[in-house]
Amino acid sequence: MHISTNPWVWIAFFFTLSVYTFLWKDNFLYKIAEHVTVGVGMGFWIVLWWDQTVVGQFWIPLSTNFGTNFHLIVPAIMGLMMVTRIIPKYAWMSRYALGFTIGAGAGFALPRVIQGGILQQLYATLLPIDFSSTGLGYNLIIIIGVLSSLIYFFFSKEHKGVFGGIANIGIWFLMVGFGATFGYTVMARLSLFIGRVLFVLGDFFGMQLF
Amino acid sequence: MFWKKQFPLVIVFVMGVVMAVQYFIPHSASEFVYDNYLKWGITIGIFGHILGYFSFFRVHVMKVKKKTPNWGYSLLAIFCAIGMIIVAALDGRGTGGYYMNIYLYTSAAINATVFSLLAFYISSAAYRAFRARSVQAVALLLAAIIVMLGRVPIGNYVSVWTAIGLPSTYDISQWILNVPNMAAKRAIALGVGLGSLLMTLKLILGIERTYLGNQ
Repeated sequence: MHISTNPWVWIAFFFTLSVYTFLWKDNFLYKIAEHVTVGVGMGFWIVLWWDQTVVGQFWIPLSTNFGTNFHLIVPAIMGLMMVTRIIPKYAWMSRYALGFTIGAGAGFALPRVIQGGILQQLYATLLPIDFSSTGLGYNLIIIIGVLSSLIYFFFSKEHKGVFGGIANIGIWFLMVGFGATFGYTVMARLSLFIGRVLFVLGDFFGMQLF
Repeated sequence: MFWKKQFPLVIVFVMGVVMAVQYFIPHSASEFVYDNYLKWGITIGIFGHILGYFSFFRVHVMKVKKKTPNWGYSLLAIFCAIGMIIVAALDGRGTGGYYMNIYLYTSAAINATVFSLLAFYISSAAYRAFRARSVQAVALLLAAIIVMLGRVPIGNYVSVWTAIGLPSTYDISQWILNVPNMAAKRAIALGVGLGSLLMTLKLILGIERTYLGNQ
């Protein structure tokens, strides 16, 4: 075991421990780490935004081939109008850019939501029920699960009698679904924790772990 | 008044209808509209980012200016943000340079640690859920435990019942994921889909107009 001499590893080690001090209570070390990540992240994204979007997607197309890309001036003007939100007197001008973005976004999403969010889900659910040794009638369980879960989310009718009973079946399916998601989330968080432990033991303390 | 309140709604309606209809027309003109919508969206987004950055600096500068409690942390955040921009300008953005190293060894490391911190809190959340002592809470936890066991090698070691032909934890976890979990996720996806559909219609028709603000 030999402790790392790389200053970057020391910095990452310091911040890793600083964040874990939150397990004790909120303290100044955690707050430092919190604000450093916000500040560094902001600076990092500003630089990326400048390089890839402002220069890459706007300035270069406009300066190298103005003839075919001159139309980009129109959204640029709308974008400038969006910035008027900073000045209360002229903030109403931002509504034009917002209107374009929201309207086009809604129109863009409308058929795709029907196609991908509704019809595809129905296609995948409403399949012939297969009671063979491979199918085992699982599709019937899925149909029951989908319908009962949807009924659970239908709040316009009181959950009583037969309707309430079906909604109760839906709760069971939802609880199992949430449990599976919960299990996956725990696994993902634990793998991140293992990653940090490996960093501290391997990169910082130089231990041969495997 | 028309230019301030009604005209933005006209823009929303026209753009909404144009983009919705565009999807159904397999023509080069339709593709032209789609391609340029993406380019225009990116260009408007450039200025949207400016609003976000302005908001960040305004919030923290105001905290420093008014000397609110913990204003020193805001100063630190501003220093880090401006520092990153200066470092990128002076040293470049390449791998192995100061810009990438600062990001990887501070922000990326902190973010990974913060997310790993949730491993502790999610465990206490599981404990609290178990204390609810309802049968459905037990179903949630059992599903979670089986899914977790099914994903790791120890799950197979503890599946001693496979000797008498019963399914292993891996098989059970796969069944949970593919059947009851799938049913619940589809119901949620259908709910989200229907909700999104209604929201897009409300936006296009001008029923939902909170984005216009109060002025």
